[in-house]
Amino acid sequence: MGFDQYHEPPEELPPATRTFARLCASLTEESEALGWYEQRIAVETDPEALAIMRDAQGEEFKHFSMDLEFLMRRTPRWREIAQGVLFQTGDIVEHGEEAEAESADGGGAGAEGGDVDGSLGIGSLRGDAR
Amino acid sequence: MNHLLRSHAPISDSGWELLDSEARGRLTPALASRKLVDFSGPHGWGYSARSLGRTSQLAVAPCEGVSGLQRSVLPVVELRADFELSRSELRDADRGADDADLAALDAAAHQIAVAENVAVFHGWAGAVTGISESSPHEQVSVGADPDAYPQRVASAVERLLCDGITGPYGLALGREQYRAVVETAEHGGFPLLDHLRKILGGPIVWAPGVNGAVLLSLRGGDFVFESGQDLSIGYSSHDDEVVRLYLEESFSFHVATPEAAVAMKP
Repeated sequence: MGFDQYHEPPEELPPATRTFARLCASLTEESEALGWYEQRIAVETDPEALAIMRDAQGEEFKHFSMDLEFLMRRTPRWREIAQGVLFQTGDIVEHGEEAEAESADGGGAGAEGGDVDGSLGIGSLRGDAR
Repeated sequence: MNHLLRSHAPISDSGWELLDSEARGRLTPALASRKLVDFSGPHGWGYSARSLGRTSQLAVAPCEGVSGLQRSVLPVVELRADFELSRSELRDADRGADDADLAALDAAAHQIAVAENVAVFHGWAGAVTGISESSPHEQVSVGADPDAYPQRVASAVERLLCDGITGPYGLALGREQYRAVVETAEHGGFPLLDHLRKILGGPIVWAPGVNGAVLLSLRGGDFVFESGQDLSIGYSSHDDEVVRLYLEESFSFHVATPEAAVAMKP
């Protein structure tokens, strides 16, 4: 139960991937909670209970956003696509298709490097120290 | 294409994958500071400075009746290690050769990792203030006898505790000191490495470029490595025989709590 976030044997996964999987699981839980609060708020009539649930949902917005930011910092291609979609006006699907296409053109391994900025994507190695 | 100009290099996609993978493999074991200090970023090649939240008084104002302050920032520095590779070797790698000569890349990767370690742990004159030169604690000697390491490391830990610096703690060891620790077993056969880990509650890191050892708290918030452009391979030029490349990064390093580390000379 406690290790359900792993799809592959955990001992075969590098520390950075295990951290990534944990945060993905956390992101899922936060978005579930957001949906639950939205439904509860929609049917609740007691103003005091409503205020508490709105406050709680605000916490989940924060948690979801922090998880998302962490994951995108560690996943440059995700970040690049998200930058083309998030906080934009206009057609969401169109932005998504464009961002994905631009990322596929410019990102990935090869001449433009394994990371969106062309770097080696090494970053922090805190999890690697033993 | 960005400033690295990788698309201009006469290198195939699989060649770039090989070079990137080789560089990562060489850099990761040697980048000791990234295993011990907080990491922020990468913020990109265009990032130039970290705000310190401080100001300095300006001597003169534009006119009477006003005063002026100037914000203090910590500029990033750029590190670069040039190298060149044989195009023939890269063509052989494209054909499937698994023993391409990438020694120049390996050497450059090691050198830039050493440079990063030296800058973070000991400083870079005029550019980076390092951990050991910031520490207000008197430098102790780690000594030549590995059997004495536990006592000296424990003493350094206790010194941090006296200043309210909690653990876990990490230990960056220079090459000689690391080798001595790894090969030493104490009386009864207990590995010195394990004994030191128990004292620290944190990792022991091989840190080429470190002179002696540096003990520091890993509680967070004390030391920040801020990456602009993270380590990358860029393209300079080529001719019929060789392609000239470079490893590069930009970063700043900030010591927020100088007393959270103890430098130990050899």
